[in-house]
Amino acid sequence: MERTGAQILMEILKEEGVDTIFGFPGGAVIDLYDELMRSGLNHILVRHEQGAVHAADGYARASGKVGVCLVTSGPGATNTVTGIATAYLDSIPMVVITGQVSSHLIGNDAFQEVDIVGITRPCTKHNYLVSRVEDLAKALKEAFYIARSGRPGPVLVDIPKNVGAAKTDYQPIESVAIKSYNPTYTPNAKQLEKALGLLKAARKPVIFSGGGVILSKASIELTTLARNLGIPVTSSLMGLGAFPGSDPLWLGMLGMHGTYRANMAISNCDLMLAIGVRFDDRVTGKTDCFAAQAKIVHIDIDPTSIRKNIPVAVPVVGDCKISLTELNRLVAEYNLSADNAQRAEWLTQVDYWRKEHKLAYKQQEIIKPQFVVETLYLLTKGQAIITTEVGQNQMWSAQYYHFDQPQRFITSGGLGTMGFGLPAAIGAQAAFPDALVVDVAGDGSIQMNIQEMATAVQYKLPVKIVILNNRCLGMVRQWQQLFYDRRYSQTIAAHEPDFVKLAEAFGASGLRASKPAEVEATLQRGLTMPGPVIMEFVVESEECVYPMVPAGRPITDMLLV
Amino acid sequence: MKSEKHTLTMLVDNEPGVLSRVVGLFSGRGFNIDSLCVAETMDPKVSRITIVTQANRPLLEQIEKQLRKLINVIKLRDMSDDRAVRREMALICVHARPESRDEILRLVNLFRAKVIDVASNYYTIEASGDEDKMTALIGLLKPMGIKKIARTGSVALYREPKRGI
Ligand SMILES: Cc1ncc(C[n+]2csc(CCOP(=O)(O)OP(=O)(O)O)c2C)c(N)n1
Repeated sequence: MERTGAQILMEILKEEGVDTIFGFPGGAVIDLYDELMRSGLNHILVRHEQGAVHAADGYARASGKVGVCLVTSGPGATNTVTGIATAYLDSIPMVVITGQVSSHLIGNDAFQEVDIVGITRPCTKHNYLVSRVEDLAKALKEAFYIARSGRPGPVLVDIPKNVGAAKTDYQPIESVAIKSYNPTYTPNAKQLEKALGLLKAARKPVIFSGGGVILSKASIELTTLARNLGIPVTSSLMGLGAFPGSDPLWLGMLGMHGTYRANMAISNCDLMLAIGVRFDDRVTGKTDCFAAQAKIVHIDIDPTSIRKNIPVAVPVVGDCKISLTELNRLVAEYNLSADNAQRAEWLTQVDYWRKEHKLAYKQQEIIKPQFVVETLYLLTKGQAIITTEVGQNQMWSAQYYHFDQPQRFITSGGLGTMGFGLPAAIGAQAAFPDALVVDVAGDGSIQMNIQEMATAVQYKLPVKIVILNNRCLGMVRQWQQLFYDRRYSQTIAAHEPDFVKLAEAFGASGLRASKPAEVEATLQRGLTMPGPVIMEFVVESEECVYPMVPAGRPITDMLLV
Repeated sequence: MKSEKHTLTMLVDNEPGVLSRVVGLFSGRGFNIDSLCVAETMDPKVSRITIVTQANRPLLEQIEKQLRKLINVIKLRDMSDDRAVRREMALICVHARPESRDEILRLVNLFRAKVIDVASNYYTIEASGDEDKMTALIGLLKPMGIKKIARTGSVALYREPKRGI
């Protein structure tokens, strides 16, 4: 069959199950966009390429499918870099298609030429420059395969203009195999036996679960293991929702802004079962003191995550879901249970920590940001898809919105990208048009990709934006308050737009609440209005996120309220 | 923990950009490269890269895992112990004063090197061997005056089994 490069691209996108792509056109991709018109694929035209990547990312996180975006060469391509790095650090499956100048012009500093493959080499799982149309199908098929298999991640495919236009004889590729790329899914049985042995002997075990559990869709297996053995569970920011936030065994999040009981439990446990985590410094604090009394079993599909930051007693390389299924089978085979595990004393201790210090704030005359998130949680019964921006808004969402299901909390964990939340919400909403999708935002972050309001309005994607307006770059201001003697260098907003009018100017709705008594009604109204809505809450400006472990200190060194 | 020299060789896809993926991994993650050698193998689609690096045990483990994770790395082996042979090569241009010529030629013979160019006042010597041998030869030639030197990095191959020897 004779096909152009553009036709091959559209066919493969459909073959890979793609229904929606996010993008922005330009000279180098004009042939691809021309073919797109005939393809039947949905295309969401963003207002900035960074928005396209975050939207594809939000789509992927909410649906578990590969997110796809399409942008032009040069500035279109460089605008994707922050989004790609964001997806890379959180292991999100994504295929980014960039246009490139025609192959005979490459290297000539041609108009809108940039070496995007070179630029993104360190922040993609893999990338391709396709210099001949004959190589296009293979590159695209491999890109999807690599993006979604093993530890997922973004893959970039750079397509020169002439490659999109050129014709070739095209045979669909049935299956992809790459001899140098074979992720280990099935864990080594001996290692699992060892893990089981440690589980049997443990008196004070804790499960620490991460984003890997969500990516491998292993929530049920995780929950089964924890409940059967009566093991308390904590997680990283990326792991929230994998274990039900309403379960009595749930400890809350771990780390810098983790709960008192989670940080105490980890610091005192004798066995840590770490699943799909990578021991980021925001979780471990000072590594020498992290879980110092514990033997650690670490399950992860990526061998480089194991023993990178933390010594491990039993490494298990494998898919979280397969490993947990296997572990559950062993638990049943050896008749292990919560009763015979003599867990009572440990659970009493954990409960003592729970009572000793709870997450708390005092609602006074000015709205407390935590109160807004807590009310949002109660009103939505924990059922909304929550995206966040970065900073205090993100941490309060993690602390006060309790997730009972995975893929409901969408946040930039590894890179901490301000401006992520709104486009990610758009992507999640595109994946689930009927779901309630809420972006919890700070007044600083929301301005970073506010242009995407136009996208939400145009495509009737009814995302709700809750701005916790503290009139400052709150998280940085918090550090300045606590560690820099309140020297607020460049963190207090001298000028901000009127967010209600801004919403209206975009064709969305805007609401504002300035008093605690208005919070519930404003949320109630805003969440039920049709179309995109910005709800601005004028909150306490010097509020801090607690507990807080100062960077580089042991996680037991918590500043508490 | 003690840092040691390690010779890592890998078979990689012979494609543009593969070397920069490997080297970029070292620079981006703060691993160091003592020397680097790259050339095609018998299979024109595959190249062999040999890197000598300094690392302690845990760091070496991390370097190896990171390299294996690169999609274009087909196979990786640590060639640091006796199960492998390692060689490097050097071209050494040494000042050949009449009074030191005999000594230079003696050293050349002793080290099984070759004089490959003779100029009025200089000899250019070709030498190959393992790292210790090269260092020794260079050390002995130094007093004569080394004008310039070009050294390759190390290359290595695994020894095949010696049945019945
Ligand atoms: C793109 C980007 N630039 C800078 C930062 C550093 N940073 C982290 S949190 C933060 C403050 C965010 O302010 P705001 O969005 O108002 O949220 P708040 O902390 O007040 O909830 C900043 C500037 C970042 N994370 N991302």
